Amino acid sequence: MFFLRLLTGVSSALAVVLITATAWAADLQTLVTNLTTGGFGDREKAISELVASGEARAAPILEALAAGQLYVRKADNVVVIGKADGNKLALSEAVSGKPAGSGTEAELDRVRVNNRLRGVIEAAVGSLTLMSPDARVRRDAADSLFKRPDPTALGALDAAIAAEKDARIKTAFQEARAAVVLTSDASKQDKLAALEVVRDKGNRDALSVLQAAINSQSDPEVKAAATAAAASVRQTLAGWEAAQNVWYGISLGSVLLLAAIGLAITFGTMGVINMAHGEMVMLGAYTTFVVQDIIRTSFPHLFDASLLIALPLAFLVAGVVGIAIERGIIRFLYGRPLDTLLATWGLSLVLQQAVRSIFGPSNREVGAPAFMSGAFQLGQLTITYGRLWIVVFSLLVFATLILVLRKTPLGLYMRAVTQNRPMASAMGIRTPRVDALTFGLGSGIAGLAGVALSQIDNVSPNLGQGYIIDSFMVVVFGGVGNLFGTLVGATALGIVNKFLEPYAGAVLGKILVLVFIILFIQRRPRGLFALKGRSVE
Amino acid sequence: MITRFLWQGMGPSLRVAVLFVLAIGIILPLLNQLMPASNALYVPAWVLQLIGKYLCFASLALAVDLVWGFCGILTLGHAAFFALGGYCMGMYLMRQIGSRGQYGNPLLPDFMVFLNYKELPWFWHGFDQFWFAAIMIVLVPSLLALALGWFAFRSRVTGVYLSIITQAMTFALMLAFFRNDMGLGGNNGMTDFKDILGFSVQSDATRATLCFASALVLAIFLVISAAVVGSRFGKALTAVRDAESRMRFLGYRVEGYKLFVFVLSAAMAGIAGALYVPQVGIINPSEFSPGNSIEAVLWVAVGGRGTLIGPVIGAFLVNWGKTYLTGALPEVWLFALGALFIAVTLFLPKGVVGLWSQIRSRGTTRKAKVPA
Amino acid sequence: MSMTEQRSTSALLYLSGVTVSFDGFKALNNLSLLVEPGEMRAIIGPNGAGKTTMMDVVTGKTRPDEGEVVFDGKADLTKLDEADIATLGIGRKFQKPTVFENHTVRDNLLLALAGLRSWYKLLLAAPTKAENNRLDEILSIIRMEPQQHMLAARLSHGQKQWLEIGMLLAQDPKLLLVDEPVAGMTDVETETTAQVLREINKTHSVVVVEHDMSFVRALGVKVTVLHEGSMLAEGTLDQVSADPRVVEVYLGR
Repeated sequence: MFFLRLLTGVSSALAVVLITATAWAADLQTLVTNLTTGGFGDREKAISELVASGEARAAPILEALAAGQLYVRKADNVVVIGKADGNKLALSEAVSGKPAGSGTEAELDRVRVNNRLRGVIEAAVGSLTLMSPDARVRRDAADSLFKRPDPTALGALDAAIAAEKDARIKTAFQEARAAVVLTSDASKQDKLAALEVVRDKGNRDALSVLQAAINSQSDPEVKAAATAAAASVRQTLAGWEAAQNVWYGISLGSVLLLAAIGLAITFGTMGVINMAHGEMVMLGAYTTFVVQDIIRTSFPHLFDASLLIALPLAFLVAGVVGIAIERGIIRFLYGRPLDTLLATWGLSLVLQQAVRSIFGPSNREVGAPAFMSGAFQLGQLTITYGRLWIVVFSLLVFATLILVLRKTPLGLYMRAVTQNRPMASAMGIRTPRVDALTFGLGSGIAGLAGVALSQIDNVSPNLGQGYIIDSFMVVVFGGVGNLFGTLVGATALGIVNKFLEPYAGAVLGKILVLVFIILFIQRRPRGLFALKGRSVE
Repeated sequence: MITRFLWQGMGPSLRVAVLFVLAIGIILPLLNQLMPASNALYVPAWVLQLIGKYLCFASLALAVDLVWGFCGILTLGHAAFFALGGYCMGMYLMRQIGSRGQYGNPLLPDFMVFLNYKELPWFWHGFDQFWFAAIMIVLVPSLLALALGWFAFRSRVTGVYLSIITQAMTFALMLAFFRNDMGLGGNNGMTDFKDILGFSVQSDATRATLCFASALVLAIFLVISAAVVGSRFGKALTAVRDAESRMRFLGYRVEGYKLFVFVLSAAMAGIAGALYVPQVGIINPSEFSPGNSIEAVLWVAVGGRGTLIGPVIGAFLVNWGKTYLTGALPEVWLFALGALFIAVTLFLPKGVVGLWSQIRSRGTTRKAKVPA
Repeated sequence: MSMTEQRSTSALLYLSGVTVSFDGFKALNNLSLLVEPGEMRAIIGPNGAGKTTMMDVVTGKTRPDEGEVVFDGKADLTKLDEADIATLGIGRKFQKPTVFENHTVRDNLLLALAGLRSWYKLLLAAPTKAENNRLDEILSIIRMEPQQHMLAARLSHGQKQWLEIGMLLAQDPKLLLVDEPVAGMTDVETETTAQVLREINKTHSVVVVEHDMSFVRALGVKVTVLHEGSMLAEGTLDQVSADPRVVEVYLGR
């Protein structure tokens, strides 16, 4: 009997709540208006009322408020959301979301918030959006709750967990719940369980949640567990950080490989340093710019294919220039490698100045096609598609080059000339022609490198300058005349560089790498994978 | 013994060159000081500054030639030695400013006050004394050359490998000097010098003296270089250049020869840089740029490598051209410079001096043929 | 202990178990060789037999992976570099005449002259009377007094050969290594060269590496046949020519 009365009581209380909620929902207009009046204290109260309404429209309104985009139009006191659109603000009615024309800042009163309110709003929005039909919104809500655990959201979270179908988002909710539990006055057992969940998340946010727990928990057992969990998370983080550095290193290594591989061919085959090699890279980058420029103005629908179109063109442009350099200058200087160095340096000045005269001295904008923009998460690694494609591309270029050297007649002739020039010539190989083609090939690959570099470096007349020393170091480090050495050398130098950077800074890191190479050449003057034997001399 | 050593390389053409350099260094400053500005023979101070600059470049070129022309080491790092000497001088000049800087700090140079330095970095101590700075001007480049050369020559790094290593070293130094926390002025370097040895760097008399000093130093360098090159050491040195492994099989320890000229040459470059800085009034990290080193090599190539007057002639010719072109047709200068590199290596490997002796020997053979 | 005993043998040059490999290819494979003081030895073998690599090992240009190389009963050549070895008294003549083209004939000889080698001494040194006398002597032996102030670059091929022999005389090594001295020479020149070598052998030990059988016959000295980096046979030319293994190496394939 008593139970029945209790039940009635509870259900009637529930009914009252429900009725009140409906009444409030109907009065969203009033709630929103409350947001805009009074001081910061009143506003905080209005925010929690708005949240309690459970109204779907509440989330964008609160987000606009936090971003400083919520206004009251002076003319009619309508609450509007204003988004920047040129000089003006594009307005929409806050309550209905309907467009409401445009206006300037002068015609509007901004609803002001302070940092405290922003925090309140962020937490509030987090719980509001837990039930959103959009999976991404739910995920973000879980993330923001995890970062700013709000004890009042516990109920909402439990409901959300029960309703969630997507396993990954469910996990995210459970992690958020664990963080919330840690800030609430839940039992010791609950907290210890929560600590495990947070520990298993194992990223930087988890660490800060644990840190907060260490500082706020009074129970020594919970505190110890939190400390242990934090240590474990730190270890995980260190592992990911190393992985991140390796990835950055591979990424840098792929750039070095692209820049160096052409040099490895020309230097390995002919023993000449082409100081204008960096300018071949630059020509490739400018070819990409020109291709994109034409596509932008004439064939905009082809934009995503612009790099693919630029690749063969860059190869051709740089390759033809390379052949011209070999025929016009270098062939007269065989046997005088130091003079070749000087002459090609002069050439690099001419090429730089020519590009500067044609395209101007400032950086040129080369856009990224859709498939190269954005990033994805691999565990805790952030990998940008652009970098990933460059790594893939450099490996493709490398593999193709190996195939060309092994399987084509040109490759056969090139290897013959590298090993024994007089003998190759005596056997009827036209060595001058092989030289020119080798040089063209090396330069063409530099052009390809330019296409890739246009995505990550400034396209300016000085683009190539920075790469010649690095490329040479890679070739020397890997061993002259050995392409696999170049691959290993580029990757190793890239990774070493990136591991040094956090400790020594970018510049000092570079200096240390240079010193390292100088010392390395002491030990192994012919590089990691040296050709040995009498023919080397 | 020293005088005999110094005299052993003095050929007649070198004596003329030394006298000519000294004459420039004496006559032009005197004309500036003694003639009234209205006189046609008056030499304005900016000309002295320009000539002084060229004389420093000529000293640098001579230093480059000593290692490249006579020992076959193509150094792309002499701008670094030049700049290091310049920085030592710059540090001395900075400390001479004293409390006359914008911030009026008696101890710290302006840029340190600006960067919130609390005290003078340890390596700045002593640079308020000229004798200390003078020692450092020679010592710092020499020690760097010694360290680099020791490693490189001992492990037989030669040819383009050595060139690129020297260039890498210069590049690394440039990056380092661009950093503010090097304590050497970072990006902006050092400037706003007030006086040197108590005399204002702006005054005409100081400029005249600096111009003379540059000429004197160049003349001394010519004499020393001639003595080194003309000695039995010099014969061994050029033999190392022409057939290094043959010299090893004859029992010569080639590293010692290379190291000595390399260090000597670095010291010469450092002194040239130190004289250069008070005349142009600034030293900054761009002096380290790899392009500068290669340009110095070009002066030598244009004048004639492996000769002693070649680099002097080349430095004057190319720099005069640079002064003219960057003023008159700035767009053209880099084209001209690049083309000059190509043209000299392709068509004039022995430089102007080589061309001259070729013409002369052709003349004499023709003359010789006529009576026969 | 046995090693020191071996080292105190009378041999001027002692190679034992020397192995050199380039990328897995064994240029020298467990090679042993003895050259007595005052001896002239001819080393023959087909291409790739390891003749030049052996010279490189002895002169310090190539370090052996294994084995002992001892000079004059005491100096371990595997620990020394070219300059040290040259100073000990091992001279080397290359196949192609290499003289210092931008130096005069006299300066070429002066550079080769045994004695001063250190850079700081040479800075201040002037040629002494004894040195000048020795230079005059050598110039007259190689009959090049008239050309002594001529640049070596302007000498004929034959004159360069003579100058190089003069340089070897000036260097005055205990052991002289000669690499294919008659490659590309006429019969008459070959005969003259054999005479010169025999003359030099009166005061110096000589090791000659050669392809040319008629030249080796003309020298008439003990012959060592190398094959694939090891010693195949040793003895007079007639003895080794009769050895069926040698015949097979030279004619069999």
